[in-house]
Amino acid sequence: MKPHKLAALAAFTLMASTAHADSVSIENARAFATAPTAMAGGGFLTITNTGDQDDTLIGIRADFPRVELHTTEFTDGVARMMHLDAIPVPAGETVSLEPGGLHVMFMGLRGNPLEEGETIPATLIFENAGEVEITFDIVKRDMAHSN
Amino acid sequence: MKAVIFGTTTLVAAAAIGLYVWQSTSGTPNPCGTTAIAGSTIGGPFELVSETGETVTDADVITKPTLVYFGYTFCPDVCPLDSMRNAQAAYMLEDQGLDIGTLFISVDPQRDTPEVVRDFTDNFHEDMIGLTGSPEQVRAASRAYKTYYQAHEDDPEFYLVDHSTQTYLMFPETGLATFFRRDTSPEEIAATTACFMGQLT
Ligand SMILES: [Cu+2]
Repeated sequence: MKPHKLAALAAFTLMASTAHADSVSIENARAFATAPTAMAGGGFLTITNTGDQDDTLIGIRADFPRVELHTTEFTDGVARMMHLDAIPVPAGETVSLEPGGLHVMFMGLRGNPLEEGETIPATLIFENAGEVEITFDIVKRDMAHSN
Repeated sequence: MKAVIFGTTTLVAAAAIGLYVWQSTSGTPNPCGTTAIAGSTIGGPFELVSETGETVTDADVITKPTLVYFGYTFCPDVCPLDSMRNAQAAYMLEDQGLDIGTLFISVDPQRDTPEVVRDFTDNFHEDMIGLTGSPEQVRAASRAYKTYYQAHEDDPEFYLVDHSTQTYLMFPETGLATFFRRDTSPEEIAATTACFMGQLT
């Protein structure tokens, strides 16, 4: 890992907002700043199920015309992004929504791009843990190609 | 030598089978990499619309060794990652005194206006060229490069588009040199591109 990657990770960690419900812990919720005319943005976070019961992320709310949980699948070099109704978070495990796979999709920016330094308040909805308030920090996309 | 041959019948067939790679029986390995192309007709003429709204051809935008990627700006994750990776390779080559171009061709002509692709590409590299066009122009360019795309038709504003993610290395005179899959690192792209530039220019 190159130094600039480490620095970026450290920066994320420092900035990360952490939310705790009884049984889930959310870390490193961030979204990448977008171009001024962008129509959509991606959000990423890490969910840890600290309880002894399996849980499922079943939705997210935020102040955009549409917000969804997505994943991207790759078949023979073709990327296929798709809407997910549920992301399982088994007891004791950590699930990361990170670039190149699972993500939160903020849609319908309509002239209100995601700007570095701003934040996005959102509510995660878990089957068992219920609603968890979180804040995405909007950060500049780092130059590390994660894949 | 590893050869890469693309579906030759129809675009649909090419898309369905993806990129075919197999060992060919003869030939000398290309020192620049394992993905030398045999019998392919990838690339060629296209007519698209530039970031300033002008009609441009391949000859206008591929004036130096160029990384060519097809994607769409509504994609918040994969397309930016791949575009940034290509931009990083360009910056690495620049550090070595090698000048290459980077090209992003939209496969979402309905939403990607010239302004939108300009803003999107400016995010990654000041010289990255973004192109869009009419549905027919985009279809023709994608067909020339044997790429696949298919919009989901379930929503008028928030539809998603499936699309190929390989990046082509094109030269103005000689056309296709090789292609890179999306798991290729910027370092590898820079090294392979530098090798081809030493060979072909
Ligand atoms: Cu998405």
